Amino acid sequence: MKVKSLEDLRKIKENAKDLTSARSGGETRVIVGMGTCGIAAGAREVMTAILEELGKRGLRHVAVETTGCIGMCQREPLVDIIRPGEPRITYGDVSPGDVPGIIEEHLVNGRVVEDKVVGQTD
Amino acid sequence: MAFYRAHVLVCKGTGCNASGSSSVFDALGEEIRKRGLDQEVALVETGCHGMCEMGPIVVIYPEGSLYCRVSVDDVPEIVEEHLYKGRLVQRLLYTTPDRKVKVPRYRDIPFYSKQHRIALRNCGYINPDNIEEYIARDGYAALAKALTSMKPEEVLSEVKTSGLRGRGGGGFPTGLKWEFCRKAQGDKKYVICNADEGDPGAFMDRSILEGDPHAIIEGMTLGAYAMGADEGYIYCRAEYPLAIKRLVGAITHAEEFGLIGDNVMDTDFSFHLHIKEGAGAFVCGEETALLASIEGERGMPRPRPPFPANKGLWGKPSNINNVETWANVPNIIRNGGSWYASIGTEKSKGTKVFALTGKVNNTGLVEVPMGTTIRDIVFDMGGGILKDRKFKAVQIGGPSGGCLTEEHLDLPVDYESLTAAGAIMGSGGLVVMDEDTCMVDVAKFFLEFTQRESCGKCVPCREGTKQMLLILEKITSGKGRMEDLKILEDLAIMVKEMSLCGLGQTAPNPVLTTLRYFRDEYETHIRDKKCPAKACSALISYLIDPEKCKKCGLCARNCPVKCISGDRNTPYEIDQEKCIKCGTCLEVCPFQAVFKE
Repeated sequence: MKVKSLEDLRKIKENAKDLTSARSGGETRVIVGMGTCGIAAGAREVMTAILEELGKRGLRHVAVETTGCIGMCQREPLVDIIRPGEPRITYGDVSPGDVPGIIEEHLVNGRVVEDKVVGQTD
Repeated sequence: MAFYRAHVLVCKGTGCNASGSSSVFDALGEEIRKRGLDQEVALVETGCHGMCEMGPIVVIYPEGSLYCRVSVDDVPEIVEEHLYKGRLVQRLLYTTPDRKVKVPRYRDIPFYSKQHRIALRNCGYINPDNIEEYIARDGYAALAKALTSMKPEEVLSEVKTSGLRGRGGGGFPTGLKWEFCRKAQGDKKYVICNADEGDPGAFMDRSILEGDPHAIIEGMTLGAYAMGADEGYIYCRAEYPLAIKRLVGAITHAEEFGLIGDNVMDTDFSFHLHIKEGAGAFVCGEETALLASIEGERGMPRPRPPFPANKGLWGKPSNINNVETWANVPNIIRNGGSWYASIGTEKSKGTKVFALTGKVNNTGLVEVPMGTTIRDIVFDMGGGILKDRKFKAVQIGGPSGGCLTEEHLDLPVDYESLTAAGAIMGSGGLVVMDEDTCMVDVAKFFLEFTQRESCGKCVPCREGTKQMLLILEKITSGKGRMEDLKILEDLAIMVKEMSLCGLGQTAPNPVLTTLRYFRDEYETHIRDKKCPAKACSALISYLIDPEKCKKCGLCARNCPVKCISGDRNTPYEIDQEKCIKCGTCLEVCPFQAVFKE
């Protein structure tokens, strides 16, 4: 496509942002426990659900990371959500079906989904 | 579009490529697919990260972890541990040479944390073959800004305000050079990029060409707009095949996007860009020789004036800038000239890229604000001298530059300070030398290069460098006389003052600075027939210490001229008549029984 105006360039930039946004280490982070315990409890499926949901909503600024076992194996899969300037909230027993709700309520609207929370760190 | 949670960046610059990054890249692709992560992990090839010593380099985002010297065998572990389970592969992280600390994050490595990257800002961060990644990083925003809201003279005035000076070595104010070309009479004008990087040990231009080719295209297009040119050439040596490949791709993409070519961004401004491959002659980095070479003539300089700004390519007004200079231009237009001028020293603005090589721990590319000290570059970013040896000198500016000593470690690196010390900024090569380096030998090495590369057009350079080299060869082989030093110095000054072009005018610098700061080494070679650094082979002999020799015979078996005799009962001995002083015996002896004297 030919760039014919400032607006055209801005559009390409907007679309292209996704190409490099993961490299800037976003302020909003989702961290999935991927220790052996997490994987056994279905963390892979949860991860796939998270990526699908973020893709669907176009939330390209979110950094999705994995982490090892944090010791609370009986509550796996564990998913942490960190919003800029807010405490880190850990959700336990997360199933793929819980993912859209957590993302919409907490990640987008900033309301913690209390009944799934297992911990909070500042 | 799939949501890629992680990006794996593999450096495919020339350095990392040579150490095997291509196979690492392929192995990563396969392993990621095998693990079923190909829908969530993006694999990207990038240009040079600068820390070539540690290549192949792999960087993984969003964490920003940098893995060093990655081999194909490390790939399964990286994919399983880092990408799948989220655990860092500790053993591949960068370790500081002094404190043995592992640094998990790219940006915290001293080599990077002290840098200020403007010309290199995209190198190692974007895929150079993808114009959209460049645009995502504000690429072509400066061009759009200029074409839609700035007059050509306003673009020129921003460059003047920035204080940018030629990064190829001369240090001439870029804005002023542009103004000469803009004011020159003529309906046809050219802009040219000098990518004929030829200094031994310098590779900053190559890395920018390979890692961020669009920055040069955008810079040149801005220059053409400011000066009223409609055609441009990138003169790049054929020895840089990857740089040329990336440039060809980038020019094609930019044309497809309408960012160069006819009616750029639907305006009246048109700009056509070509690549001219050079054959790698050092003298073609000199601008008049470069012009001759583009025209198909023999690459030889001519006297100036007339300057290329008035009478350049095919007699038309032309402007020639170096790669790094052009790469700075889009940043200046986007952020403003005064932003650029706020970085650096009073007379040297902005940043400079240095290619750090020699006896230093972290060889590679660093970009620092002007005025940074040599100590910061060599010891903080470079991580100090290899094997904790003692720092002796640094050759700055390549074969046209000079040697600086320990007393200059705190010298701020800018055009004026370096010139005052007898060196030059040059294109930014920094060769670090330790106590085992012979300064006479270094001067000889650089002079051999310039003497060979002299085009032969003017007598002072052609004959002068040859005579100087003969004297240096005499001295390093123990046949020098004290009066040779005076002749050498006279010749050096003559060549410097009388040569036609920059090659000859700067070729004596290594000799002059070593004579100035290391005269005693020259005198020891002549008076005592000894090389204090034990580097000049004619002045040393290899000997075997019978006390330390365990009579294993390894030296004798490896000696290429079979001049070592001995057996289980008689200590080994070197026949000094036959010995060619290759040093193999010293390298292979497991008991350090072989020594130089």
